[in-house]
Amino acid sequence: MATRALKQRHLLPGFGLTLGVTMLYLAVIVVLPLAAMLLKSASLGWDDLWRIVSSRRAVSAYGITFGSALLATLFNGLFGLLLAWVLVRYRFPGKRLLDALVDLPFALPTAVAGLTLVTLFSENGWYGHLLIPLGITVNYTQAGIVIAMIFTSIPFVVRTVQPVLEDIQPDIEEAARTLGATRRQIFARVIWPVLMPAFIAGCVLSFARAIGEFGGVVFIAGNLPGLTEVVSLLIFIRLEEFSYEGAAALATVLLLVAFVTLLVTNLLQAWQLRYLDKAR
Amino acid sequence: MSSTLPSPRRSGTELLLIGLALVLSAFVLVVPVALIFTFALRSGVGAYFANILEPGTLHAVFLTVLASIVVVPINVAFGICVAWLVTRFRFPGRQLLVTITEIPFSISPIVAGVCYLFLYGGQGLLGPLLEAAGIRLMFTMAAIFLVSLFVTAPFVARELIPLMQQQAGEDEEAALSLGANGWQMFWHVTLPNIRWALFYGAVLCNARVMGEFGAVSVVAGAIRGQTQTLPLQISLLFNDFNISGAFAAASTLALIAVLTIIAKALLEARGIGSGGRH
Repeated sequence: MATRALKQRHLLPGFGLTLGVTMLYLAVIVVLPLAAMLLKSASLGWDDLWRIVSSRRAVSAYGITFGSALLATLFNGLFGLLLAWVLVRYRFPGKRLLDALVDLPFALPTAVAGLTLVTLFSENGWYGHLLIPLGITVNYTQAGIVIAMIFTSIPFVVRTVQPVLEDIQPDIEEAARTLGATRRQIFARVIWPVLMPAFIAGCVLSFARAIGEFGGVVFIAGNLPGLTEVVSLLIFIRLEEFSYEGAAALATVLLLVAFVTLLVTNLLQAWQLRYLDKAR
Repeated sequence: MSSTLPSPRRSGTELLLIGLALVLSAFVLVVPVALIFTFALRSGVGAYFANILEPGTLHAVFLTVLASIVVVPINVAFGICVAWLVTRFRFPGRQLLVTITEIPFSISPIVAGVCYLFLYGGQGLLGPLLEAAGIRLMFTMAAIFLVSLFVTAPFVARELIPLMQQQAGEDEEAALSLGANGWQMFWHVTLPNIRWALFYGAVLCNARVMGEFGAVSVVAGAIRGQTQTLPLQISLLFNDFNISGAFAAASTLALIAVLTIIAKALLEARGIGSGGRH
């Protein structure tokens, strides 16, 4: 593989052209704007930066954002695992439809999702008129934030676990079964160790998406400071108040979280690949 | 491929899991979509079209289509470039380029908007310089195009890279050895090989460009009728308590979303696509 790749090098045309275009485009469209924001943040100085990111309103926004994202990820982890399992292992009417439908939250604009959810859970809404008499209010509470985060990040766990589950050969399970393993043992000892890296990667992606979610949340959250104000919303409010320093500092926090998740998913991918190599 | 396990009869667990998945999916995925179209059409087809043809919404449709026409071709071209570069050549920093390409995917749309504000805005890195030259980007359609380019930069590359890695370039080498020049090779060999993945990447890119809300709401300002794309118009109508108008506008984007997942299902039935890994 390595020697062939080496021989192939520069045999095909377009290296200079595509390298030039790619580097230029990434520099102008991706790197430069990120650098501009980090520079703005850095220009604040450490003391101001720390004052903004550790302010009471910011800290309560982190709490709400991370807490809600954690709950949403918990739900999506279990729901995603269930969907992936059912889609790979069973045959039933409507399976193709369900498989296609899983991608809907990615295709549907977040503003449309937000509008739809707030209407569903409103007083006269399809869900709201059943839930509100029971004392369950979703709109303008943290429950609404969690639900918006759940909806917008449903596909991640399904789509990371599904291909791995498809690749597991049935004969390994057969072998375990003939050796007397119970179903639960087969899942815990044979299937789960293979699925786990993909499952965690999916959860991390889902969590990262939930942390940064804006469109879905903004409709249903009602932005009450300290109660339903997520970080992305607080950034937006700071911009509307022309408090650019505040916006830059908080955006840097979200950016760092994004970089950490990117790093974690890349490491998990490497771990998974190593695992698969060993299995071969 | 899948579901090859022999299952002579359905066990209780199997029925339970299938039932649970279907019921949850109905509540979480089917009902919301049904609600969008029900609410859009609840006052009748006439009122629906009156809402769509309302000048503000119609203009928002125009701007959204314009954004798609500008952004999608550029990111299709970029996606082909990146994919060609990282799948056909080995060079130091290759993995870094892929990672940088993927950055927009993991960044909050609000943060993307803020980045562009601090680049081209009055407070930004290049803003004052551009202003001195008489160029204003912030709060114009140009800013919407730029931030949409950022947000959707990875979409096409993400579909092409896994496919082109499998194809490994033998076809292209054959074309060259038969005397084709670079462009002939690209048009007659590469493009036909990747066309469906390319199409699917473009469809995903389009859905995101048309639906982008967070990043666009930062850079668009709030100038009614000037930079109001459809997602912003939906939010505006909702805040004006015009629920029918908001759902009429939302139904156009929801229709595009439904067409997008149909396109995906059809392409996957042909055995194309990266297996849904976004």
